[in-house]
Amino acid sequence: MIEVRNLNKSFNNTQVLKNISALFERGKANLIIGRSGSGKTVLLKSIIGLHDVDSGDILFEGQCFNIMGLKERNIIRRKFGMLFQGAALFDSLTINENVRFNLDMFTTMSVLEKQKRVDHCLDMVDLENVTHLYPSELSGGMKKRAGIARAVVMHPSYLFCDEPNSGLDPKTANIIDNLIKRITLELNITTVINTHDMNSVIEIGDKVFFIHEGQKWWEGSKEEILSSGNLELDDFVYATELVRKLKEQRD
Amino acid sequence: MMLLRHLGNYVILLKKIFSWPEKPSVYYKQTVRELENLGVNSIGIIAIISVFMGGVITIQTAYNIENPLLPTYLIGLAARDSILLEFSSTIVALILAGKVGSSIASELGTMSVTEQIDALEIMGINSAGYLILPKIIALMIFAPFLTIMSMIIGIFGGWAAGTFAGVVTTTNYIQGIQFAFIPYYITYSLIKSVIFAFIITTVSAYHGYYTNGGALEVGRSSTRAVVHSSVVILLFNLLLTQLLLS
Repeated sequence: MIEVRNLNKSFNNTQVLKNISALFERGKANLIIGRSGSGKTVLLKSIIGLHDVDSGDILFEGQCFNIMGLKERNIIRRKFGMLFQGAALFDSLTINENVRFNLDMFTTMSVLEKQKRVDHCLDMVDLENVTHLYPSELSGGMKKRAGIARAVVMHPSYLFCDEPNSGLDPKTANIIDNLIKRITLELNITTVINTHDMNSVIEIGDKVFFIHEGQKWWEGSKEEILSSGNLELDDFVYATELVRKLKEQRD
Repeated sequence: MMLLRHLGNYVILLKKIFSWPEKPSVYYKQTVRELENLGVNSIGIIAIISVFMGGVITIQTAYNIENPLLPTYLIGLAARDSILLEFSSTIVALILAGKVGSSIASELGTMSVTEQIDALEIMGINSAGYLILPKIIALMIFAPFLTIMSMIIGIFGGWAAGTFAGVVTTTNYIQGIQFAFIPYYITYSLIKSVIFAFIITTVSAYHGYYTNGGALEVGRSSTRAVVHSSVVILLFNLLLTQLLLS
């Protein structure tokens, strides 16, 4: 479980996050949604410690992360798995080496054990045939799947995904969404996903946080989001003609 | 003010680089990889430049001392001292700043803008130490070898060009390179090469590591890395010459 309390963050006197509080629950896909520039990426990067916050607390299982020193932070960070927007795979390593990287750095497992774990993770994301390839040789969807395999190789307690569906076709996006959902349930981890894809919200959003102009505007379940009555949220949810028409039909 | 800010950030980065590694064996493997990337892959360009520079120094010296009162073995002596004192350390360092420096800055810059450095941080790895320390160690180990190689090839190039152009005989050239030889000049050159290697890797890494934005900024960081490391090399060349030869 991750708790965020009264988080504030500004860049060059511009306040990007305004007093945000939220609870991200274990075993659930917690989605942060909002328009581009609303502050959701800053929120995610603040939670994982890539941005230092101005004020507020970030608690991992009750431990205040943002006041920890680098050493203590790194211990908590080893429980993180992160899927970046562009996958952020290491260009100089093959997919196999990318997924094995954390095992090489932090475990004393034998070569055979490590390979078994890597094979299992790559099998889970259906990438067992491309282990010898470099990231530049993969498609966007395959990179994202390799990123997921790397993120879960160390049995993380927390999975963070920054725009997991950006740049993907709807079918591949759906596969990635379901993969994240399955991993969240199977490993019983706390998953925080940053997205502006409404399909993801409907597909996997156990808990949804809507960020608007740096503030937490609304929070609820995917069922509640369609009838929230919140003007800004409705404006975001029903932004496309297709969804608007579906709503009209439903009404 | 800007200079002070850069200096401050540079010192902070150095502190981060030299903190204790998470797993020394992984750093060892990275260092071996960098020895090949930064060192072995630079042999070709250093060899080509050294042979031509040695030749040019010899021919220029020969045409500048066309005086019957001056013995022709001075051509070999002048070529040797130019190569040993200045060319094989400073000029080679400037060439490495161009080749290795831009490579380091663009590699780290690309890693920074594609969030690969963030990925390392999230894994709980000291990204600066993991990415930069092996490069520093590798080039500091390999630079003296490149310097010695450059000395040998430069002197050979001088002999080849001098005898081919007919400005000096083999006997006179060999007599010249043996005359009044001071072994300390080699030590001096090697000390400089190690310090220049540190400057090239750290200054270039600094520019690459703190790159923000996109492809354009990676290119700018790469250019800044070459310019700044070259200027710092020239500055330290002056300081080290005063310190080591006075």
